[in-house]
Amino acid sequence: MRYLPITGADRSEMLRAIGAPSVEALFSDVPEDALLAEPVDLPRHAGEFEVEQRLSRLAARNRAAGAGPFFCGAGSYRHHIPASVDYLIQRGEFLTSYTPYQPEIAQGTLQYLFEFQSQVCLLTGMEVANASMYDGATAAAEAVMMANRVTRRGKAVVSGNLHPHYRDTAATLARFQGFTLEAGPPAPAGGEDLASRIDGDTSCVVVQYPDLFGNIRDFSELAEAAHAKGALLVVVVTEIVALGALRPPGEMGADIVAAEGQSIGNAMSFGGPHLGLFAARTRHMRQMPGRLCGETVDADGRRGYVLTLATREQHIRRERATSNICTNSGLCSLAFTIHLTLLGETGLRRLAALNHAGAVSLADRLGARVVTPHFFNEFTVSLDGDAAEAVERLAGEGIIAGVPVSRLHPGAGLDDLLLVAVTETVGADDIDALAEALS
Amino acid sequence: MTGNSRDTVSGDFGLSIEEPLIFEQDSPGALGVDWPEAEAHTNRLGGLARSGPVGLPSLAEPTVVRHYTRLSQKNYGIDTGLFPLGSCTMKHNPRLNERMARLPGFADIHPLQPESTVQGALALCREVQRWLSVLTGMPGVALTPGAGAHGELCGMMAIRAALDAGGDANADRRRVLVPDSAHGTNPATAAALGFEVVSIPEDARGRVDPERFEALAGEGGVAAVMLTNPNTCGVFENDIRRIADAVHEAGGYFYCDGANFNAIVGRVRPGDLGVDAMHINLHKTFSTPHGGGGPGSGPVVFSEALAPYAPVPRIVEEAGALRLEEANGEAFGRMKAFHGQMGMFVRALAYMMSHGADGLRQVSGDAVLNANYLLRKLEDVYSAPFAHSGPAMHEALFDDRALRDTGASTLDIAKAMIDEGLHPMTVYFPLVVHGAMLVEPTETETRASLDRFIAIMRGLAERAKEGAPLAEAPFHAPRRRLDETQAARKPVLRWQAGEAEE
Repeated sequence: MRYLPITGADRSEMLRAIGAPSVEALFSDVPEDALLAEPVDLPRHAGEFEVEQRLSRLAARNRAAGAGPFFCGAGSYRHHIPASVDYLIQRGEFLTSYTPYQPEIAQGTLQYLFEFQSQVCLLTGMEVANASMYDGATAAAEAVMMANRVTRRGKAVVSGNLHPHYRDTAATLARFQGFTLEAGPPAPAGGEDLASRIDGDTSCVVVQYPDLFGNIRDFSELAEAAHAKGALLVVVVTEIVALGALRPPGEMGADIVAAEGQSIGNAMSFGGPHLGLFAARTRHMRQMPGRLCGETVDADGRRGYVLTLATREQHIRRERATSNICTNSGLCSLAFTIHLTLLGETGLRRLAALNHAGAVSLADRLGARVVTPHFFNEFTVSLDGDAAEAVERLAGEGIIAGVPVSRLHPGAGLDDLLLVAVTETVGADDIDALAEALS
Repeated sequence: MTGNSRDTVSGDFGLSIEEPLIFEQDSPGALGVDWPEAEAHTNRLGGLARSGPVGLPSLAEPTVVRHYTRLSQKNYGIDTGLFPLGSCTMKHNPRLNERMARLPGFADIHPLQPESTVQGALALCREVQRWLSVLTGMPGVALTPGAGAHGELCGMMAIRAALDAGGDANADRRRVLVPDSAHGTNPATAAALGFEVVSIPEDARGRVDPERFEALAGEGGVAAVMLTNPNTCGVFENDIRRIADAVHEAGGYFYCDGANFNAIVGRVRPGDLGVDAMHINLHKTFSTPHGGGGPGSGPVVFSEALAPYAPVPRIVEEAGALRLEEANGEAFGRMKAFHGQMGMFVRALAYMMSHGADGLRQVSGDAVLNANYLLRKLEDVYSAPFAHSGPAMHEALFDDRALRDTGASTLDIAKAMIDEGLHPMTVYFPLVVHGAMLVEPTETETRASLDRFIAIMRGLAERAKEGAPLAEAPFHAPRRRLDETQAARKPVLRWQAGEAEE
């Protein structure tokens, strides 16, 4: 077997050195009747070509986004990824390295994490960012738990326009941790009144920007209302490219930003792995979950980087840790930081403008069907009939028209609504095709 | 002695080149991508357009490629050499798996596009479930957890949900028994879910004492035991059935931390040992790359008793087509957005198919063989507290008794290994022995590589006895020892303009 270098001769000699009669004898502590005498009932080993052929056949049964017009968003976006990103993240020293617990031989990982944290702070307008979480949804759930710790309260007021998967992820933790999650009903056209729902028990208000339906609004007043009652404002961002065009949440008074970073540098990959971004205020730094990379010096006084403030973490603090997270989304954060470095100030601003321009172009074509007054690259369209049926029908015609709201809010009476995202990968002819199909 | 500052004009030497931060290489006007300006259009941002610059630096593509290439050269990976981190299973990462995960049919599909257009992806998920189910002998498989610790949350939530379904009588079941040798994530997970962590000390064999366990379980209020098997002392818990029976008799469930599944894969099914839930780190046993800290993937296998409580979404077959079931009466809820770490499932399946049932059996056999070989070849110079407890599994655990009176510590040995071109083993874990050194060679090392490791480790022990200044090591790494105290006392967690002048 090509990955297993120990030969039969090696094995005999090594067993002799150990003083064991056979490899099986090394498993003598396993209850005898639990030791399998034969391989389990699964196929035998296969050569590289055979594996490639079989998996390629499975892949061919999926309709890749690049095969035609494609408008899905709702938390996972198709953006172009420069060739150098994918090349660099596959360098073995990045791909096959471990969490940088031995900093002297992990400065590569540590320096990019430091740069990554800095970029996340700049994008979000926040003061401190961690080295990533699993995805945006788990980052949002961690944000609520952090707000509970900071305020010593146990009620989160959640916008009805938060992505339902994010809401449900937090709700699962609420159920088991015994805190309250008050989620409002969806409001596709925006205009929710959240301030009036904040009271003295509220630990945080959770909003999404742009929200599930694509709406954008200024949260400055909401932040003030939350702070007046001693609560925190948690802003969730599922399309991080938006912050290349929009005022950052940090400027609106957000206390925690929990975001999905997949859009920059990472493929959609059927929804995972994605990249949770987590940013906060310096005053709450020690209540943050996850790894933090910090600057220091080595024994010769040279600048270097280490994982720091680890006394928050499970491997040190065990049952008193701020979170149980260990593995995060390391390589996805590398893809993000490389792509964002390539983009730079000008590239990001242009990319964001192209996204917005494309979305506006489609919205102009769809006219009054568009439910969302202000948006970035995604908005909600009202159809005459069932959106899921329309999407299925158009898929048959080669157009992936978007995400029907009923897929995320089943039974909410929103079956005629369709979420449509337009990124820079959508061309004018794609827009024509969808506009014609929906008119 | 200054490690790297040999006498060159630049201060760099050879392939060891200092690399500034991207922010220090800002070249306004440089472009790394060629996006055009958007054509004129109406602005529908509702007055929320960004008012000032983001503050990102501008670098052209060659500069960027060089930057990350140079950073990569400051890292040690499995591709570089032996990476014997105990409990982390740093094995070879086949590039075939990378190629497969990048097929557009897997990488360029959206989690919410019509199910009729992703039947191959759903079939792949089912195939991963089938392999994991057969290998573990457990009927239920939850795919969504994002990594091992997330899998622990998933398993323990299912246990809580099952207890809650049992009615008020179970409301007081809050105690979770956790051996002291457990990974930190175990107690952190239990505590995060409101359980009370009760620690179980290891006995002299590096195992849970079954009588003591039965006594603890008999004290009532038991929700679960969280046990790693093989455990982090490097041995198999041979009383595992008694432990399983005791926790079941006490009305609780058996959670197994599957971090060390690599030692038994293809030979032992946890389902045959009384386990109710176990997470599997695909980034350990099934070789998806660790990537400098992630992403991982932590599917959880469940017994019949717990399977109904597994989270959503689930993949079900209806009228010959696969679909995602988003709601199910007994499911405890959702763990994250979408359906799991698809990119990792592709890699893990490619790995499993490549090895097959026969190859996976050889994986565990060779992993255990290699660890025992290291243990026997080193136990005369490094003290191995549990070497008498029977064969090691896939890890060899040493403590620092043999280093006493040398002036060298476990950390010094680890840092000296760096100078020898090795990645250190796991140090100071598990906590149950003093100055722990936990060595996991994995099955993908050659015998020559193991022999080199042995020779180096013996040589370092010798040097420690001779009083060599190991406390100053490493000398030959991109950095000498870093000041972690300063990093924590005065945290600098981001670059800020003008920082250098402060």
